[in-house]
Amino acid sequence: MPAAIEFRNLSYAIQGGRLILDDISLAVEEGSTTVILGRSGSGKSTLLRTVNRLIEPTSGTVLVRGKQTDTSELIALRRGIGYVIQETGLFPHFTVERNVGLVLEAAGRPRAERAQRSRVLLTAVGLDPDQFARRHPHQLSGGQRQRVGLARALAAEPEILLMDEPFGALDPLTRAEMQDMLRALLTRLRKTVLLVTHDLDEALYLGDRIVLLHEGRIVAHLAPEEFLRSPQPEVENYVRAFHRGERGAARERQP
Amino acid sequence: MNASFFSQYGGEIAELTVEHLWLTAASMLFAALLAVPVGIWLTRAPQWAKPVIAIANILETIPSLAMFGFLLPLPWLGERAARIAVVALTAYALLPILRNTYAGIRGIDPAILEVARALGLTGTQRLFKVELPLAASFILAGLRTATVTCVGIATIAAAVGAGGLGELIFRGVASVDNRLVLAGAVPAALLALAADGLLGLAERGLRTPTQ
Repeated sequence: MPAAIEFRNLSYAIQGGRLILDDISLAVEEGSTTVILGRSGSGKSTLLRTVNRLIEPTSGTVLVRGKQTDTSELIALRRGIGYVIQETGLFPHFTVERNVGLVLEAAGRPRAERAQRSRVLLTAVGLDPDQFARRHPHQLSGGQRQRVGLARALAAEPEILLMDEPFGALDPLTRAEMQDMLRALLTRLRKTVLLVTHDLDEALYLGDRIVLLHEGRIVAHLAPEEFLRSPQPEVENYVRAFHRGERGAARERQP
Repeated sequence: MNASFFSQYGGEIAELTVEHLWLTAASMLFAALLAVPVGIWLTRAPQWAKPVIAIANILETIPSLAMFGFLLPLPWLGERAARIAVVALTAYALLPILRNTYAGIRGIDPAILEVARALGLTGTQRLFKVELPLAASFILAGLRTATVTCVGIATIAAAVGAGGLGELIFRGVASVDNRLVLAGAVPAALLALAADGLLGLAERGLRTPTQ
């Protein structure tokens, strides 16, 4: 069985020749969640966006279910891939219901089917359709907006879900709730997920595999339990930076 | 002004007001049909934005009396004064509509446009479902500016015989009759105010809901 997503020697250079992605090769197994971790500017989002061709790589190829994306029909490719971004992704002029059903609307599916699908998906992401379907995005909290964003990404039943810092703008408690909801949902739906974050905690909680990007290169590709124990300096640095608060608090208690 | 003035001129004022309205409305229609698509095209080819908006800007700076004068000797246009008036008013209306269409679409949050692409909306779907609705209140604001300006400029069209409320004003000036000047100027001002109010209302209705 081919990998759900595969990157083969993928590179992306911006004007002036600076490499944002440098010879990335990676296979993402069907039904698994792979988290791409790395500091800002490491190329995480760029890598994610080559999958639905929001960015065209300078060299190398991306394969989705064994098929090269650069020869796939662009609109069909994108409709088969859910996409969730941080905060601003909802259409402010549409109701929640229309936001969720937009991919189906674009595909010309009938109104009744869209409304029905919206209700099912809103329920699945923990929003009561009777209460939320008619609202506009500005009438929702940050967490509710992200739930709608996720429901919208699932509308056309894509097998692949791309998530770019989906919970990055949320407070820690709301973020934890969202992570629980996503984890439960993914256990049920078995999607292949590529999730970008800089939050190690989120990576460990949601990822089956963790990929660490550093200056456009993959420096580690590990299971969560291996990640914490890895002696690799880049991984150690990342883990250490993340546990600073814990260590700081511990120091204070023992003078 | 008294009752006998109105009984003498009332019918004419009404007729000229309708004519004035018609000249302005036709011009706005043509201007919108031209400027909105060009504005959309400029967002796709932004390297043309500067030169094209510069041309619209230059049109705007031509004194209106001179503009009507320039158009007078042209073959097909010169035959009917109303044609001259509509062409000139259309030219004046282009800039605000063009500029607002361009700026309105360019001002949309890029993240929203990116999501629209990522969800698999085609170019046409993005334009009609996302870009135009989100820019609509801007475009309408441009149309509103253009309309108010052109209601005023249309009074000058009477100089080339295109009719409209300017006719009363010119006649009033020529015969030193302030009542006639006012009979043209007051309805023209009221038209401008009404257009401003109505289009302002529509503009608010189209505004994207936010906090």
